Amino acid sequence: MAEVNLVEAVNLALAYEMAHDPSVVLLGEDIGANGGVFRATAGLQTRFGAQRVLDTPLAETAIAGLAIGMAAEAMKPVAEIQFTGFIYPALDHMINHASRLRHRTRGRLSCPMVLRSPYGAGIHAPEHHSESPEALFAHVPGLRMVIPSSPSRAYGLLLAAIRDPDPVIFFEPTRLYRLFKQEVNDNGEPLPLDVCYVVREGTDITLVSWGAMLLETLAAADVLAREAVTAEVIDVATLKPLDMATILESVAKTGRCVIVHEAARTAGMGAEIAAGLAEHGLLSLLAPVRRVTGYDVVVPLAKLENQYLPSVDRILSAAREVLEFT
Amino acid sequence: MTTSFQIELIRYLGPDGEALAPLPEFARDPAALIPLYRAMVLTRTFDAKAIALQRTGKLGTFASSLGQEAVGVGVASAMSAEDVLLPSYRDHAAQLQRGVTMAESLLYWSGDERGSDFSAARRDFPNCVPVATQVCHAAGVACAMKLRREPRAAVCILGDGGTSKGDFYEGMNVAGAWRLPLVIMINNNQWAISVPRRTQTAAETLAQKAIAAGIDGLQVDGNDVIAVRDVMLLALAKARAEGGPTLIEAITYRLGDHTTADDATRYRDSEEVSRQWQLEPVARLRNHLLRVDAWDKEHEQRLLRECAEQVDQAVESYLAVPPPPPQTMFDYIYAALPAALQQQRESALRFAGEAGARHG
Repeated sequence: MAEVNLVEAVNLALAYEMAHDPSVVLLGEDIGANGGVFRATAGLQTRFGAQRVLDTPLAETAIAGLAIGMAAEAMKPVAEIQFTGFIYPALDHMINHASRLRHRTRGRLSCPMVLRSPYGAGIHAPEHHSESPEALFAHVPGLRMVIPSSPSRAYGLLLAAIRDPDPVIFFEPTRLYRLFKQEVNDNGEPLPLDVCYVVREGTDITLVSWGAMLLETLAAADVLAREAVTAEVIDVATLKPLDMATILESVAKTGRCVIVHEAARTAGMGAEIAAGLAEHGLLSLLAPVRRVTGYDVVVPLAKLENQYLPSVDRILSAAREVLEFT
Repeated sequence: MTTSFQIELIRYLGPDGEALAPLPEFARDPAALIPLYRAMVLTRTFDAKAIALQRTGKLGTFASSLGQEAVGVGVASAMSAEDVLLPSYRDHAAQLQRGVTMAESLLYWSGDERGSDFSAARRDFPNCVPVATQVCHAAGVACAMKLRREPRAAVCILGDGGTSKGDFYEGMNVAGAWRLPLVIMINNNQWAISVPRRTQTAAETLAQKAIAAGIDGLQVDGNDVIAVRDVMLLALAKARAEGGPTLIEAITYRLGDHTTADDATRYRDSEEVSRQWQLEPVARLRNHLLRVDAWDKEHEQRLLRECAEQVDQAVESYLAVPPPPPQTMFDYIYAALPAALQQQRESALRFAGEAGARHG
């Protein structure tokens, strides 16, 4: 058992799976000798060789396309896109090919690949380094969209993603990479995909979030607890396919729900969750569902990014409105 | 630093089938050329039938390969079974040689995914509609082969228009950087729907784009199946011997419309098309076989009859396939149906009878 941060947990999961499955190959920009710009792949090329940790040309379309070709040939590629701001050239391949290969060949070919990418705001990064485009991928049939919120979750979910027989988009919250450490048992145990995790039980209100925003959401729950309000906090973890059942079960108990995400609001995943509550949980709701999200603006550069990101105060304000609604 | 380059054009047969150069080893025995001729004639017969089926409402949109039969037949005849073909959507000439059945091809063009579940050529990719994306997948397939040290190669085919896309360059570039066992075949049929080759790029040849990627590039007469097979054999042998990728530009011509949904008379001069009919590949090889006394009218008539019968049988078995059951639109989206999709699948089944009645 070791205390590791989130980026070290990613490294541990990659190393474990490479050691146990020779078909796992990593590819991406600067992931070899440099160990990745965030060091997620540090030491892996030295340990497993340049044949299994491939430094690609600077070409995101090729990275996605290579991974699809390798996956169709029964390898398990784990490709890194250096930042989600650079993932868009890979979209054509993920949407038109990775997500569809199994379906369009009736299972003759498949695409067991993982596309990893650091995402999200809050680290004062340059332009195009702070976006949260998870809803783009969650909209695509055939893909899985997974986001860990802690080192242990990153370890277990990444192992599960690599072992999954279908393509998985795996977004790693950069703000959490080195923010805190957790005990992670490097035993190769995966965590289940396609399910939400109830990270704190409560009876008065359900707070739903994922990725780095879990921090602020849990902090808001702490404040509410001091006011004798118990919040149930859900880490969605797999955004596609979405485990609406766990959220509905929680809201059936609490009757109130606030959804928190840092991506822009319109057509974000909060809208999907709110629609699911309206369709299947309306009669258990005691108050309107509220969303606390990034604004429908371009993610601001460093000086304003904290104004953009949902804060504990914004979450508390929405939660209190929902709690006071009669 | 200054540099200069030359792009070689490989051709053995003139338009009338006359040998312009000593033929390569495999082509010296005319009997060995007859399977190539047969494959081209079968492709053309199939092509004509597919268009007829589309015109009579028995097939969806279809992309004809008329005039380009030598490209696909030359490519696939040089490949080994364990190689992988990554075609565009106009490559049934190659696919039929790989073992894809005509019934499967028709099933695909009729709007049925089962047409891409090939009974043979199980590792081959299905038709690729997003132009040139298959070049990147082919590099990935070739990379897997190289990492596992297998003596196999990947072959992709794209059109002249596809060479304007970044995917083509990115796939070719990484194949060069990693010396991947890959052959990239450009079917330069001179037209990308309505945009002619000269408008597509200022580059004098498409083959010279290989130079920017540091790999071998050459042109071949795409209406000369002997030449196409010859350059493919060499490129594949090089790929298997860890000699890296090759870019081949086959010069040919799209004698038909882009697809059955297109009308090329709107943008293309009929005189140009007539001129190109003088260069087409099937007559060229037939003329060669006639010249060397390996063919005659009787052979020709028998072959045409056999091809027509084969195609008719394929059409019959294609038309006998019942439509796929509605749940199959869910059953291959993931390896196992996620719980979140269960309800949608049930809904599709509940309304299936009604939708079938409305659209059927």
